[in-house]
Amino acid sequence: MLRELKEEIASGSAEEVISALLERVKRSKLNAYNALAEESALARARKFDGSPWAGRMAGIPIAIKDSISTRGIETTCSSRILQGYIPPYDAHVIERLKAEGAIIIGKTNMDEFCMGTSTETSCFGPTRNPWDTERVPGGSSGGSAAAVAAGEASCALGSDTGGSIRCPASFCGIVGMKPTYGLVSRYGLISYANSLEQIGPLASTVEDAALVLEVIAGHDPRDSTSAKTEGGYLDGLEDGVRGMVCGVPKEYFGEGVDDSVERSVWDAISVLEDLGASWREVSLPHTKYALAAYYIIAMSEASSNLARFDGLRYGLRVGTDKDWHTTFSEIRAAGFGPEVKRRILLGTYALSAGYYGRYYLKALKVRTLIKEDFQRAFQDVDVLVTPTMPFPAFRIGERIQDLLSLYMADVFTVPINLAGVPAISLPCGFAGGLPVGLQIVGDHFAEKTVFRASRAYEDATPHHAARPQEVI
Amino acid sequence: MEGEVIIGLEVHVQLNKLNSKLFCGCSTDYHDDDPNTHTCPVCLGLPGTLPVINKKAVEYAIRVALALNCVVQEETLFYRKNYYYPDLPKAFQITQYDYPLGLGGHILIKGEDGERVVRINRVHMEEDPGRLVHAGTIDRAKYTMVDYNRCGMALLEVVTEPDLRSPKEARAFLDKLRSILDYLDVFDGDLEGAMRVDSNLSLAGGDRAEVKNISGHKGVEKALNYEITRQKNVRRRGMKVVLETRHYDELRGVTVSMRTKEEAHDYRYFPEPDLVPMRIADWVPRVQEELPELPDAKRDRFRTQYGITDDHAKSLTSEIKVANFYERVAGKAPPKLAAVWVADVLKGELNYRDLSIENFHEDQMVEILKMLEREAITEKGAVEVVRQILDEGGSPAEIVKAMGLGKAEDDAVRVAVRAAVAECGPAVEDYRGGNEKAINFIVGQVMKKTRGRADPGEANRLVKEAIEEL
Repeated sequence: MLRELKEEIASGSAEEVISALLERVKRSKLNAYNALAEESALARARKFDGSPWAGRMAGIPIAIKDSISTRGIETTCSSRILQGYIPPYDAHVIERLKAEGAIIIGKTNMDEFCMGTSTETSCFGPTRNPWDTERVPGGSSGGSAAAVAAGEASCALGSDTGGSIRCPASFCGIVGMKPTYGLVSRYGLISYANSLEQIGPLASTVEDAALVLEVIAGHDPRDSTSAKTEGGYLDGLEDGVRGMVCGVPKEYFGEGVDDSVERSVWDAISVLEDLGASWREVSLPHTKYALAAYYIIAMSEASSNLARFDGLRYGLRVGTDKDWHTTFSEIRAAGFGPEVKRRILLGTYALSAGYYGRYYLKALKVRTLIKEDFQRAFQDVDVLVTPTMPFPAFRIGERIQDLLSLYMADVFTVPINLAGVPAISLPCGFAGGLPVGLQIVGDHFAEKTVFRASRAYEDATPHHAARPQEVI
Repeated sequence: MEGEVIIGLEVHVQLNKLNSKLFCGCSTDYHDDDPNTHTCPVCLGLPGTLPVINKKAVEYAIRVALALNCVVQEETLFYRKNYYYPDLPKAFQITQYDYPLGLGGHILIKGEDGERVVRINRVHMEEDPGRLVHAGTIDRAKYTMVDYNRCGMALLEVVTEPDLRSPKEARAFLDKLRSILDYLDVFDGDLEGAMRVDSNLSLAGGDRAEVKNISGHKGVEKALNYEITRQKNVRRRGMKVVLETRHYDELRGVTVSMRTKEEAHDYRYFPEPDLVPMRIADWVPRVQEELPELPDAKRDRFRTQYGITDDHAKSLTSEIKVANFYERVAGKAPPKLAAVWVADVLKGELNYRDLSIENFHEDQMVEILKMLEREAITEKGAVEVVRQILDEGGSPAEIVKAMGLGKAEDDAVRVAVRAAVAECGPAVEDYRGGNEKAINFIVGQVMKKTRGRADPGEANRLVKEAIEEL
């Protein structure tokens, strides 16, 4: 799709394509965007039309999750506390996109500071699922996913701490990829849980996702956790799955998983088998501890990462200045939503003297065990095939009052972040008119294998081509 | 012993000779610049920024750890120390906490009763916070301004065991530490904030108080003396010294209570996820090899190589610049004479004027020593030359000439000698008669005639010559 769009823009007009896109966003009821970079996007499009530049994404419009710093464009993480914050610098991924000719059209809605599975915790209100506007788009990169699914963006960037790219990709029926930890520089990504998260693409097809990843991946000296890698994600994309061994982890099926979801995933496994792959059951025995470990680590890191937001240098300033402690406490009280406050409190507690060993250290040990589960599995199989989410998109308001059930929704996505391995979600059918997502997981830095399996499946099935009706 | 003083120090040393800060590329050369002009998104802790370790800083830290005889650990580990303060834009400080780069060292200092070994608990790296400028004193300021120029500077924290027994020893420790750091070329101790000291002081049998924010070696002695008096007074009133943190108010010369143990912070340390452990075990042999000769070793060598006294050797090696100056002079002039004139005269005159050795050129010293050697000037005259160079500048030869400091010229002295011998017939006879002391009277006359400019020894020799020639 991006390939065709690139040709269309090169032979036609970037300005027309982007104007149409912006018009579509403006008449939309989905609330996918926090801010549109209308002026700068159109100016850049006109410039491109005047003298087109080269680049792998020359002239292509892209939407950016509001957790990624964009120079000159307000970046809020959908939080009141960052209202008015305009970063003076671009994230590494934004530099890469610009260098390859892409045009940023706006910042997309998300759960506040990525804390959520539904985009309902945003201070700008929830984004709606384009397949059913009474339902959530998933989260936390819900705005990016909804925009791509509804044709309000040709592709988008999200960030994934415990499923935040794959969950909304699954709920909105598109492709979303979380790369290996360290593949994409986090420089400029506003940290929620820095040992877990990665920036990744949300797109309409596997090829589009591979193209965007190709552009944003690669070593960045400004991120000490960034790896030196080869790239080449578009090479061998169509080589098929003949001889590939798929692992089906038994812990990812059964209790708590919707029948319709299970059926779609088993159908997908059959398709892969028909294409020449084989499958076998594998076990990831520590899966049951993953959620607890994930939430302890994520909240602990968050409590430290979010401590810098004090309104002193940027962002929200409320009331009149009093002494230092009173002033920043008032600003934080007014600036953070309830879910963010909850996670800061829990994380602060987990790191406190006397509890650190019982919670944080223990969670790190579990994390090691989970990593070893995956290492063991990948000795025997090339990829793992699982549901992305245990159920399709739920109704807005349905789970936000029952947080435990909301946290439980991440059960198949968080182990992947704990292990640091790459995983993709791609459409594998519908349940009650709502998209179902298939998760394909690879070993560390085996993105090419994941893309190859995904592309083979996509070529053999029609699900990715289904699009919702425009919601006005 | 009742009332015995027990002191431990935590010394923050800023590695200000690095070109850039600890985790970003900002320049460290901010001391003469406006506030908040040496900052970037990283050291301002803007959302989304990440730290990258400055490898040169790690190398400097290894250098210091080795020089303090510490065991250097195999890899660097960093932790987050979480607390809210306006000078800390990330609301956490990246520090090595319980995983210091260097562990278990020691250095020698001049203690109250001779040399004393002070054990070093550890040396660890951390980032410097910004600087708060209070409008008034810390406990009364109406508002406070923040300068982030300093924020992110590489700091070393050197922690001693509680081995010091008096404020004077604390100062001796700091002098020695500064001397070693000076040799290692990792910091410029003259820059503002280069060395800051927190100290723990207790009287035997009592709880300790931590005194924070002392800058300067004299400040340490003063603050600790104040603290001893305060703790003794507390005891005298029958109360107990409480475990607390106190702030040293340099202007008023007092320590002020900041917080008691009940209010102590829980810093919620945890490993910094944005920095991966860096293996440094392989660096150590090279850094060890490149370590310069340190003060104690240089002192021993000076003593044996130049045959000078231990006091002179110690005085000449406390500052690397002075040591290098001395060695250059000793290569061109008699080393023992040079030791006396550099250690006793020049250093004293420099101290008196608060000047450093760079204000004096080695060739000037060599010239002065040569004049002394050939007895062209008196010692008193040479001191005048040194002072004149420091106060007004100029070359020794010019100064001697201009100020008439040269020993009386031969002709004048010989004329005076002849006249004196002629005038002092009886004394001459006494001398010839075997009364050696009689010559002193004649020399005295020579000195009188030359208004003291003749060298007494030289005059003595010339008088004897003149008598023999009669």
